[in-house]
Amino acid sequence: MSTLAELTIVFIILLNLALAVSGSMSVCIRLAAIQGVAAGLLPLLAGGGVMRGRAMAFAAFIILLKGAVFPWLMFRAREKTGARRDVDPLIGYPSSIMLCLGAFAASSWLGSRLPLPHSGVAFIVPASLATIFTGFLLITTRAKAITQVLGYLVIENGIYIFGLALFVEQPLMVELAILLDVFVAVFVMGIAIFHISREFDHIDTDQMDELTDWHQSEEGGNI
Amino acid sequence: MLFLLLSLSLLCLSALLTVFCNARPERANFIGAAGAVSASAVGLFPAVRTLLHPAAETLSLPWPVPMASFSLTLDPLSAFFLVPVFILTAAAAIYGAGYFRPEEKKAPGLAWTAFNLLSAAMAVVFLAANAVLFLLAWEVMGVSSFFLVIFDHEKAQARKAAYIYLVAGAAGALALMFAFSLLGVQAGALDFAAFKRPEGPLAAAAFLSFLLGFGLKAGVIPLHVWLPEAHPAAPSHVSAVMSGVMIKTGIYGLIRALGLLSPWAPWWGWTLILIGLGSCLLGVVFALAQHDLKRLLAYSSIENIGIIVLALGLGVLGTAMGLYPLAALAFGGALLHVLNHALFKGLLFMGAGAVLHGAGTAEMEALGGLSKRMPRAAFLFVLGAAAACALPPFNGFAGEFLIYLGAFSALNGPANIVLAALLALAVLSAAGALALAVFSKAAGAVFLGEPRTQAAAGAHDCGPLMNAGMTLLAAACVVSGFAAPFLILPVSTALGAAFGLRTTLDFSGAAATPLIYLTAAFLALAAIVWVLAEKRRFFLGGRQPAAGPTWDCGYAAPSARMQYGASSFSQPLTAFFQPLLRKTLNIPVIAGYFPGKASFSSEARSVVFDHLYAPVIVRLRGLAFRFSWLQHGRLQFYILYIVAALMALLLWKL
Amino acid sequence: MEIIKPLIQYLAVIILSPLLLGLINRVKAKFAGRRGQPLLQLYFDLYKLSYKTPVYSRTTTWLFRAGPVIGLSAILCALAALPFAGRPGFLAFDGDFIFLIYLLGLGRFFTVLAALDTGSSFEGMGASREVQFAVFSEPAFFLALAALSKATGKLSLSGMFLALEPASWQAAAPALLLLTAALFIILLAENSRVPVDDPNTHLELTMIHEVMVLDHSGPDLAYILYGAALKLWFFGALIASAVLPRHSGSWLYDGAAFLGMMAVIAAAIGTVESVMARLRMIKVQYLLMGALVFSILALLFQTGR
Repeated sequence: MSTLAELTIVFIILLNLALAVSGSMSVCIRLAAIQGVAAGLLPLLAGGGVMRGRAMAFAAFIILLKGAVFPWLMFRAREKTGARRDVDPLIGYPSSIMLCLGAFAASSWLGSRLPLPHSGVAFIVPASLATIFTGFLLITTRAKAITQVLGYLVIENGIYIFGLALFVEQPLMVELAILLDVFVAVFVMGIAIFHISREFDHIDTDQMDELTDWHQSEEGGNI
Repeated sequence: MLFLLLSLSLLCLSALLTVFCNARPERANFIGAAGAVSASAVGLFPAVRTLLHPAAETLSLPWPVPMASFSLTLDPLSAFFLVPVFILTAAAAIYGAGYFRPEEKKAPGLAWTAFNLLSAAMAVVFLAANAVLFLLAWEVMGVSSFFLVIFDHEKAQARKAAYIYLVAGAAGALALMFAFSLLGVQAGALDFAAFKRPEGPLAAAAFLSFLLGFGLKAGVIPLHVWLPEAHPAAPSHVSAVMSGVMIKTGIYGLIRALGLLSPWAPWWGWTLILIGLGSCLLGVVFALAQHDLKRLLAYSSIENIGIIVLALGLGVLGTAMGLYPLAALAFGGALLHVLNHALFKGLLFMGAGAVLHGAGTAEMEALGGLSKRMPRAAFLFVLGAAAACALPPFNGFAGEFLIYLGAFSALNGPANIVLAALLALAVLSAAGALALAVFSKAAGAVFLGEPRTQAAAGAHDCGPLMNAGMTLLAAACVVSGFAAPFLILPVSTALGAAFGLRTTLDFSGAAATPLIYLTAAFLALAAIVWVLAEKRRFFLGGRQPAAGPTWDCGYAAPSARMQYGASSFSQPLTAFFQPLLRKTLNIPVIAGYFPGKASFSSEARSVVFDHLYAPVIVRLRGLAFRFSWLQHGRLQFYILYIVAALMALLLWKL
Repeated sequence: MEIIKPLIQYLAVIILSPLLLGLINRVKAKFAGRRGQPLLQLYFDLYKLSYKTPVYSRTTTWLFRAGPVIGLSAILCALAALPFAGRPGFLAFDGDFIFLIYLLGLGRFFTVLAALDTGSSFEGMGASREVQFAVFSEPAFFLALAALSKATGKLSLSGMFLALEPASWQAAAPALLLLTAALFIILLAENSRVPVDDPNTHLELTMIHEVMVLDHSGPDLAYILYGAALKLWFFGALIASAVLPRHSGSWLYDGAAFLGMMAVIAAAIGTVESVMARLRMIKVQYLLMGALVFSILALLFQTGR
């Protein structure tokens, strides 16, 4: 059983790498959704074969949310804004992939240092930390707002996996709270994206610096 | 020892005699080459004997210089480094006698003087057992090679190269003086035998300043800036000696210094490993971007020095962490690569010299098709290139093989070592593939295809002497490739002299079986090649193959300029490594319906020099100009300075 | 009998390897709804080519003739060290895989030089790509073998594959799966299969290996084609040995299972070629970096436990 769980973790890490290098928005949304589903399956696989009703229901809920609801919301936002590709990331793809690998190596080391209960499945902590890092990478290096929201979703996936490592028994409490936050965040961001694109005809957050006061004052000539 | 003294005096004597035949090139060529060859033959004998029957011989003569003694020690480590010196000196001297053309205006007499002095100085560096003598020989080595670098003094580039070389040499010597005085203060004498390991931070300081001084001579990145300037500027057989053995004096010094400073801290190993990794990867990437054959070879030397330093670092780390088999394999691989690199890099530089001699340029974009015009040199160059890519069955392979094997055997050690081993594996294999790109580019652009210019089309073959020099080294490359198991004994005795008996035993235990198998595999490979070649002849059945033009894919009027050139061959890789290379591209703007002639050029400048050294130099120069009032050119004032300085010293000592 | 076995294995390899290409072509034909060429087509081609008179370009020199001979010799020598169905070959020693990888390098070096010897810009292009992709695939290969060496604690190819047991797949499944994936990508790249290169294309501008050998003909071309078939076997055998860890002890049974696995790998290659298109040339290096990443991940998984 734990072999399957480990393979799932490998899969999740590979998804991280794929997220770091894919430029197409719809591919990214799908990858994040698949990652969410894989993360949702993880407690069932790691549970040691005992399928309790509550765990099953919980997993089904997570999978539904991450595999269907979030992608649906994201695709809708994408349709509205008309953004197809996230061209020109701030860091090139080879360097992103190397950064992700480095993050995984560093989190392997970190994971061996953290005083965590032993969860029976190797590499849960490094995988979760690497997933969180990938999310940050997406947020910081991509230009489009949708990809940034996607980054938050990936971070959430990572936190969920981390929660598994911490609370093998009852991940429910932590998870639900976080999930709610993210849910709200996605809604807010969705609305924000919609408004940004209506105001500026694009959703490149790069170009939002025309909103800053500094630019205006410089152009205005005072000070 | 007597033979060695004879050899040294032969070198010095011929150096002295050639000074006087500056007006007669033929005589200078003869005396210089004969002196170098006979001295090498005489010197090789005791070196080989010491390697086979390990014993340390010491000769100590009184010398009226304070703190100094004229003491030479021939131990297996010195002998191991002396062997390539003598082989390369002999081959380069034979080659050089053909390289200096009598009809040329420039007289070779002084160049021979400097060359023979350089060889003698290198030999003394490897033999010296006293810091003062060592530094003296070190300086003679630097100065004599300086005169060889500036041989083509009418070229501005050679003058610039020589200047940078002189500064680098002086800086290195300064660091070494500091390091030796650190040890000397502790011991109260400057004999190597008297040195003891300093305590605490002093040991680290000594290590770092040795690393700086010897690293400058070895040309590790980022201390390499002089190397790609100076090596191409010298006459080609001198480049061969400089790249083949002179930079190895840095490696020798590092090994001796490590011997003096044992036991080592793990971070010393890491420092060496990181420097080695950087030099290895960056050296070969920079080599890829070059379009001058000799500069390309010079950068490849940096790569190989990187491999050696990386192996030394693995050895130091392995010893510090108690992984002795790794350490022995890495140290042994480093030593073996020292010897092998000397042989194939000497051959390659001589091949480049043959190109320069025959076609008048070493610019790869202007060459091509030389294989038809100088078949022998082309064959030897390809052989050397294969050895430089560490391809079996040539000699470059064995050393790298041992380093790889050491790294693989360390994979089950503690995490610290595993990380080092994995980094080494990744970088070594990437550098190996890149080296293959570098040398297939060099051999392909220079020797294969059709000539791209008139100069290349009219190239002439080199004379018998030059061919003889190259053939000697090529034979050595093949023989030492196949005879790797016979090198285990010399390498292990040299290791014993450097790092103690334990390394000897570990090395011969770990390396013997794989190397014997390797030789068997090489022989099998040679047999298969022979069988297949015979089989091919059988298939042909005596029919004469038809001759035609190269298949041109339907385009019937190709010109030689349409061939894939050196830059186009390496473009995909240089584009990938552009963040490291910072190639400057000169792209013409093409506008209008009937644009005129346009030209494109790309240049890989020295990144490290431009971005690391140039800003510092500008600052320093600004600082120096503030003191320019001290320099006014009046002799009287300078004498006054001297008097003042002497008085100050006197007062201080009173 | 025990002495003859490696000999029989070696003979089986050098006789059977052209069959792999026939299998791949058969699978591709099935996917396309064609009947396809005969299974033994490559044997016929080799026979025909061996007795043809070659044509040599006037630009070429001895290197052009030496290229095919040395290329084939290198791979023939490499096969001697390759384990067969979990049994060591003739040459099995500590570090033999280092020798094997550099032997492939030897073949590559002389193939590239032979291509440059013609002076054709197309062949130069192919040569340039060949050396470029090796820069990514060689470290991937080395690190994959390092992961295997770390998983089994052995230093020779035969040793590693002998030490590989069903239990090791259970214990180190992630690492082994990743390194098998890496090896498969390296197989596709080194043998110029889709998605790296299309062996059937006739557009010289887009090819790698095929374009390097445009000028070869007669026995030389036969050597090259045969060498390519052997190289495919070489990489296929590595994967087959990695995914087939159970050794029953019976030579015949193991051998049959191994050959079956080779057929499965050929079918897998054929399937990949049928369902995928060739990648754009600039994307190939990302695919190879993917192999490198798989190897590094395999190592990390193996190191972390």
